[in-house]
Amino acid sequence: MAKMNMLQAINDALDIAMAANDKVLCFGEDVGVFGGVFRATSNLQQKYGKDRCFNTPLVEQGIIGFANGLAAQGSVPVAEIQFADYIFPAFDQIVNESAKFRYRSGDLFNVGGLTIRAPYGGGIAGGLYHSQSPEAYFAHTPGLKIVVPRNPHQAKGLLLGSIHDPNPTLFFEPKRLYRASVGEVPEGEYQLPIGEAEVLKEGSDITILGWGAQMEVIEQAVEMAEKEGISCEVIDLRTILPWDVETVAESVLKTGRLVVTHEAPLTGGFAGEIAATIQERCFLYLESPIARVTGMDTPFPLVLEKEHFPNHLKVYEAIRESVEF
Amino acid sequence: MTTTKSKVVYSPTFTDGAEFQIPTFKLLKQDGSLYKGGKAPALKKDKALRIYKAMVTTRVLDERMLAAQRQGRLSFYMQCTGEEASVVGSTAALDDADMIMAQYREQGSLAYRGFTIDEFMNQLFGNEMDYGKGRQMPVHYGSSKLHYMTISSPLATQIPQATGYAYGQKLAGKGHCTITYFGEGAASEGDFHAALNMATVHRVPVIFLCRNNGYAISTPSVEQFAADGVAPRAYGYKMDVIRVDGNDILAVYEATQAARKMAVEENRPVLIEAMTYRLAAHSSSDDPSGYRSKDEEAVWREKDPILRMQRWLQKKKWWSEDEEKQLQESLRKEVLETMKRAQKRSPPPLESLITDVYDKVPPALNAQFEKLKTHIRKYPEAYPKSANDAAITSKGGA
Repeated sequence: MAKMNMLQAINDALDIAMAANDKVLCFGEDVGVFGGVFRATSNLQQKYGKDRCFNTPLVEQGIIGFANGLAAQGSVPVAEIQFADYIFPAFDQIVNESAKFRYRSGDLFNVGGLTIRAPYGGGIAGGLYHSQSPEAYFAHTPGLKIVVPRNPHQAKGLLLGSIHDPNPTLFFEPKRLYRASVGEVPEGEYQLPIGEAEVLKEGSDITILGWGAQMEVIEQAVEMAEKEGISCEVIDLRTILPWDVETVAESVLKTGRLVVTHEAPLTGGFAGEIAATIQERCFLYLESPIARVTGMDTPFPLVLEKEHFPNHLKVYEAIRESVEF
Repeated sequence: MTTTKSKVVYSPTFTDGAEFQIPTFKLLKQDGSLYKGGKAPALKKDKALRIYKAMVTTRVLDERMLAAQRQGRLSFYMQCTGEEASVVGSTAALDDADMIMAQYREQGSLAYRGFTIDEFMNQLFGNEMDYGKGRQMPVHYGSSKLHYMTISSPLATQIPQATGYAYGQKLAGKGHCTITYFGEGAASEGDFHAALNMATVHRVPVIFLCRNNGYAISTPSVEQFAADGVAPRAYGYKMDVIRVDGNDILAVYEATQAARKMAVEENRPVLIEAMTYRLAAHSSSDDPSGYRSKDEEAVWREKDPILRMQRWLQKKKWWSEDEEKQLQESLRKEVLETMKRAQKRSPPPLESLITDVYDKVPPALNAQFEKLKTHIRKYPEAYPKSANDAAITSKGGA
């Protein structure tokens, strides 16, 4: 075990993947000698050479097009998009190409080796274009996997899991936690399962579900609620697509209540999908309406970021309202 | 840090690039003789005939399948007619294990590499033997054994993929390259520019072959770009470029052969602009009479690339009228018979609806499939393609 922040854990995962397999390549804007604007790829070029870790021109559609080709050829590309807010020029390559490569060719070809890393989320005074959480756009696309880690230990294991997963995977990294989240991380190779949620804390009154940086927010809210005697079950979804319906449904069948929280706006957010599925699965067991605590239906603001944000107080309030319904 | 090495001037000096004139490489005249000063590339009789037969196969297949579409046997079709030399000539200049990432009008490449009429038909009819499992519209062929990437409808997406694929080939070090085909319309997409830029920056063994066939559906190339074709864009990326008469099989072959050598031996990507003409409609859903004249088409019909090669072969005594007649007849017969067989084959199994989305079917999708099966069992007459599918009649769980 070693104490690491999330960036160090991600860097460690990339290092391990590159050392184990010559076919693993890391590239993106400023990813080369500089090690990325957040330094997630530090020292990889120095260690593995310019052929395997390199800067690309500033063109996201090109980066992912290039990565799709590499993956189809049999390489294992780990492409970085500098901010999730800038992934949209590559939307066509991801949604029409990566996601459909295997299906449209009848499995003659696939880009299963592809992993796309992108920092997402708010809380860093990033305003409209350095704060977004775009997971729901991609969750509407069968063929993709979407993974979001909550801490350094998870980040390393889930990133290695994503790199090894035989499907194209979007790996959204909560950049607010890059340096803020520090924890014990096992040394060497280990993989955490893709497609499985994790019950972090068992409880009997209500289920609180989130992913990524929201898990920290949930922790604070749950601490407040438990002081009032509300027993909370906490679940980290970890994989947004395809998501682990069973674990969530099983929990809600037990607690009868569910709060889902994410940073992205309410309308069309992934919480809506979860709420629809869970009411279908748990209708007769629900004690209160499924609550969604999310960002507002606005672009991500700057000065009033705190007001916009689905913080622990808002989550706490939702827990109370649900229990008192 | 700026990297320009340009000289300094002391008054505002603009340039529109007019000093760059890109010539057109030609070898073969329409009568089958060589231009003065032109020398035919080294091409053995066997290979020349393999090329020629692939071109004729493409033409016959296109004629018959468009007719089949008109008869309502087929939902959709796209012809390569008029562009066979650009496609087959360039593919023939490659190693058969080089990767091809095409747009959708390059069935000639497959014909050259040995895709059988039966394989074409299975895809066109989306039957149980279609490699693509009946998931894509007609002409979206793919073949892993022939190194031909499955076609995808979105335009130009294959171009940066080709750059990436070729980068992987370079690292693998086995001396292979990738060719990617696209039209002059698709070259307006951002993906084109991304691909060319990344190819020279990363020194990738890739050949970009633009079929400048004059039209993007109805939009003529003069409304697509103001520049002199697509070729001048290569300068902006410091890429080697050649413009070639796309209806001249010998010129296309020789240009691509030289391009391949540069790509594979020196990691120099190359742009080839093949000047040609889409003699057919864009697709079976298009009617060119709404946007171009019969006179214009007639001018290009005179430049038919197949006739041009046929005359060259005849001058070399490698091909006769009799052989031509026999080839045409046997191909027509094979196409018709194979079509009948392919049309009778079963549709892909119902289960192919949910496989290959991921490497394994996720539980939630399996649940959707179970629901669908129950529904089909209730209304079998509404789903004639799958009412008798094993997944329906077996009544078992998936």
